[in-house]
Amino acid sequence: MIKLNPKLSQKLSYVLLFCATCLVIVPVTVIIFIIVKNGASAITWEFLTSMPKDGMRGGGILPAILGTLSIVVCAISIALPIGVCAAIYLNEYAKDNLLTRIIKLAIVNLAGVPSVVYGLFGLGIFVMLLKLGVSIIAGALTLAIMELPVIITTARGALNSVPYSFREVSLSLGVSRWQTIQYIVLPNALPGILTGAILSIARISGETAPILFTAAAFYVPHLPRSVFDQVMALPYHLYIISTQIPGMPKNIIYGTALVLLMLVLSMSLVAIIARLYFRKHRKW
Amino acid sequence: MEKIEIKNFNLWYTDFHALKNINMKVKEKQITAMIGPSGCGKSTLLRALNRINDTIEGVRTEGEINIGGKNIYADGIDVDSLRRNVGMVFQRPNPFPISVYNNVAFGLQVNRIESKKSVIDQTVRESLEAVLLWDDIKDKLKKSALELSLEQQQRLCIARVIAVKPQVILLDEPCSTLDPVANQRIEELMMQLKEKYTIVIVTHNMHQAARISDETAFMLLGDLIEFDKTDKIFTNPSQKQTDDYVSGRFG
Repeated sequence: MIKLNPKLSQKLSYVLLFCATCLVIVPVTVIIFIIVKNGASAITWEFLTSMPKDGMRGGGILPAILGTLSIVVCAISIALPIGVCAAIYLNEYAKDNLLTRIIKLAIVNLAGVPSVVYGLFGLGIFVMLLKLGVSIIAGALTLAIMELPVIITTARGALNSVPYSFREVSLSLGVSRWQTIQYIVLPNALPGILTGAILSIARISGETAPILFTAAAFYVPHLPRSVFDQVMALPYHLYIISTQIPGMPKNIIYGTALVLLMLVLSMSLVAIIARLYFRKHRKW
Repeated sequence: MEKIEIKNFNLWYTDFHALKNINMKVKEKQITAMIGPSGCGKSTLLRALNRINDTIEGVRTEGEINIGGKNIYADGIDVDSLRRNVGMVFQRPNPFPISVYNNVAFGLQVNRIESKKSVIDQTVRESLEAVLLWDDIKDKLKKSALELSLEQQQRLCIARVIAVKPQVILLDEPCSTLDPVANQRIEELMMQLKEKYTIVIVTHNMHQAARISDETAFMLLGDLIEFDKTDKIFTNPSQKQTDDYVSGRFG
């Protein structure tokens, strides 16, 4: 080991750390730059609001946008209530015993399962066993299970950040435990829970593998009509038009990627703004 | 008249024996102070009186505490109504991050004791008047309670307790975060409140106990060493440990 003088080593490590940090920005910028450069020309009102034409080489991507939105809306309306209830139980009621530890372990492990495994699981359980078919609901259930650990974890964090003294005061006023949760804990944890939910939405809108076998279709000639419909979905549509269709105009591929990216980024942005807003208005 | 009677009361935190066979009788409508060094069990005993200790995992009790003639540790006791009857004010002022009005009305509204707006308005006013806060903040009822000064916040917390109409008020070092002037004013308030409520206060400040209480309990390492008239405890205690503590030889 070469001994450097402290001043020099300080400078060197600063530069090293700084460069490592800058490196994070590079891929994001490059990705956005390339996609915008190649795809911006495809984005027109018609592209966003009409059906695909000419074997998807022309027209718009409306069914894919609506398909993704409906899957995501269904998924979050399943996962959010269940996740929040579980988080409330774990944070407010659960005693530190073997069962609780097993549940916590299960949540951690659920978060680590690869998304394609969820896809196959969804195919086996929802599509085949429960005979829901390849449909919005089957895809939404699959995504919901995948997102549960994230929602439970963020919701627990939000509940946990509500000062314990609030609960104690409320109980000491003769308010029952559930009412304390209802009137004191939940309202104060809501911002955190919502932020977590929005980030979850952003994450699942871009997922391909879980909906591959459970919800997504190559092409559907109409817009989604019920939760039992097969739908086109943006991430899967992007995969198809980039690999399966010869003579696909490049700007449509990039345009589709741009729409997906914008969808995800704008939701993350909403989450960030919400968090900033609530942090500023945080009352304790 | 005895309001609270503690009989052979023991409390454990898992394995730690925090209260050892406590026996004492608290008289109605007077101030009873509990003093002793940190960790002596005085706060634990106070928190046993409204069973707020129940919320801590691993707490186990033995013996009886009778309040108004009823053992609050008996089976089938409604803990929520016990806590409405035995209110508590904590060390740090801890209003909820909602308006002044909603803080005071919280217990009434959530417990659905009262739903008529006029009655709630009246109770809020009376409670704030009882803690001498009404005149200062009657125009700020819709403002966040956190905008009040610390002393006002602590008064508000007392008003919040009074609003659910308890008979006993427990105070756990209510002045320890306040400046001396605020401290004195809260003490004056307590002297007024004892006309209507039975007050039990835990304090670190021996002068405070001497100034405001009628009877004082001295605790040490989970034992109740001595319980007597405040004058006697501070001038002529019968136990040597009490004498050492109140004269400042330890603690």
